[in-house]
Amino acid sequence: MSDSPALPKAAPGMRNLARTLEIDTRLLGMIGAFIALCLVFHFLTDGRFLTPRNIFNLTIQTVSVGIMATGMVFVIVTRHIDLSVGSLLATCSAMMAMTQTLVTPEWLGLGLNHPLTAPAAIIVGLGTGIIIGAFHGWLIGYLGIPAFIVTLGGLLVWRNVAWYLTNGQTIGPLDGNFQLFGGIGGTLGETWSWVFGLICAAAALYAIWQSRRNKISHDFPVKPLWAEIALGALVTAAILGFIAILNAYQIPERRLERMFEARGEVLPEGFTAGYGLPISVLLLIAVAVTMTIIANRTRLGRYIFATGGNPDAAELSGINTRLLTVKVFIMMGILCAISAVVASSRQTFHSNDIGTLDELRVIAAAVIGGTALAGGVGTIYGAILGALIMQSLQSGMAMVGVDAPFQNIVVGTVLVVAVLIDTIYRKRTGD
Amino acid sequence: MADTIDRSGTPLVEMRDISIAFGGIKAVNHVSVDLFPGEVVGLLGHNGAGKSTLIKCLSGAYKMDAGEIYINGDKAVINNPRDARRYNIETIYQTLALADNLDAASNLFLGRELTTPVGLVDDARMEAETRQIMGRLNPNFQKFSAPVSALSGGQRQSVAIARAVYFNAKILIMDEPTAALGPQETWMVADLIEELKRQGLGIFLIDHDVHQVKELCDRAAVMKNGELVGVVDVDAVSVDDILAMIIAGKKPQLAA
Repeated sequence: MSDSPALPKAAPGMRNLARTLEIDTRLLGMIGAFIALCLVFHFLTDGRFLTPRNIFNLTIQTVSVGIMATGMVFVIVTRHIDLSVGSLLATCSAMMAMTQTLVTPEWLGLGLNHPLTAPAAIIVGLGTGIIIGAFHGWLIGYLGIPAFIVTLGGLLVWRNVAWYLTNGQTIGPLDGNFQLFGGIGGTLGETWSWVFGLICAAAALYAIWQSRRNKISHDFPVKPLWAEIALGALVTAAILGFIAILNAYQIPERRLERMFEARGEVLPEGFTAGYGLPISVLLLIAVAVTMTIIANRTRLGRYIFATGGNPDAAELSGINTRLLTVKVFIMMGILCAISAVVASSRQTFHSNDIGTLDELRVIAAAVIGGTALAGGVGTIYGAILGALIMQSLQSGMAMVGVDAPFQNIVVGTVLVVAVLIDTIYRKRTGD
Repeated sequence: MADTIDRSGTPLVEMRDISIAFGGIKAVNHVSVDLFPGEVVGLLGHNGAGKSTLIKCLSGAYKMDAGEIYINGDKAVINNPRDARRYNIETIYQTLALADNLDAASNLFLGRELTTPVGLVDDARMEAETRQIMGRLNPNFQKFSAPVSALSGGQRQSVAIARAVYFNAKILIMDEPTAALGPQETWMVADLIEELKRQGLGIFLIDHDVHQVKELCDRAAVMKNGELVGVVDVDAVSVDDILAMIIAGKKPQLAA
């Protein structure tokens, strides 16, 4: 996904610039492809694609797959695969739905919408994810069963465990607080979105400055100052621009009226409010930052990549690769549980088919994002960008009115072509 | 070369009666060897003679079926590579055991990363340390940010050697360290072995090249079909004697 139509074979000048800025050309290519995709759909839909409303919807639709894709990066980097994430999501979702509609209100007698309900449900969901993930990891790491087989079995087992738990029924509506993590109901509002955006921008600038200072203190070469400033400006503009777009999506007047009515007030004349940043997107950002830190700055991440690059070398360097496998699948389980929170609260109920085919979307997102199935290579931001590209493609085609069978044909083709381009790119650059 | 080794004290390493079998095949059959400080012991033999297998029992890559290992006279329990590292045993493997996708510093510190006070890996400090040690071992080395897959055989070898040297190995195992190298780099490794010897390390050197063993080692232990043919002082025997041991399994009469 590097050489995109938007950046036909980065010219030598471009490449040098990218090197000076220390920007990954692959990332640049992916962003270019994404922008090109958005522009094409924007044109084909007569300007309905790049609107605040649609961008808002796109981001919340991407969250569930995006969260799991970050975990899939680690799984694939260590030369494994997880085919069970969609089913695992369903089991976690079923457990959480049962907790908040049966366990806390009836068995514990807390009634509906008790403040403890949502946290209790989420803890149950995370626990389920951790236990199942650890179990998968143990089967793979300690018993030596290939991950493909373990998780293929898991695909069937956990889908039907969820079915059995709920008798196949749809369970809902879910707890009010719980639903905040899902969709349009849970957003930060304009002010807090700005606050969050400014904090993010400040953190990004601090990180850039800190890394430069660190390099200088060790006498390593640093980028020219202008490049550093340009990068900082770009990042700040991107963050604040994103917030501005989400804030520009106005809450419909009828909905505002109802919100004011609920508080016993009357909607003032001419009052408007934007949705702002969805809490689910906040969750995705938190996951992405955490996973990136794990990947780049912790021993755990270093061992994950070393094991993917050369499992024997990792073992001989004293890394406990079996335990590492368990840890990787526990992380995957946790992320499936978080995705289950987002997915079930977005649709406001648990359904029997929740997360169906998510394993394929998640793997596709990670792979489009540059994760190599041979192991050892992959990035968190790539996977999230991959998820965003997949989702844009899907909803863009739906908006254009492409027939359903063709939508899937295109998505499948794009996956294969993306990997082909990536293979050619790697060969050329000798990565 | 062998004239100044003091073998009156406790050996640095003593491997006693080591046996290991894979399936029905006895890869190593009741072999005993020892190693003294400041000594280089060559391990010779055909492919499949069992020399690499024997040494992997010491480095923790394999678990021996029977036998005992003593380090400085104390019984050592080595079940995995982590245990071996605790006894200051470092190994440079034939296959180099580097993670190709990581850079030199990450490989050098793999499994023993330097961390910041909050527990995150300190890449800058590790790179600085790597630059320092590489400046000593291989001053031409410049590719600090490239993954090691982009390095030449010699550069990769120097990363592997730097790893052993940096962590103050007391016992160094080198499995054909010069197999992938050109003459210049082979000379560099030979030089390094000399220096490490002077510092009092004990080195097991697995090699195919009899001439090289005669040049670099103090003693040579020859194996054939999993059994020890004999251990000889390299200066007391000729190249032909050693070859006879390797090929025919015949121990020369003059050696003790």
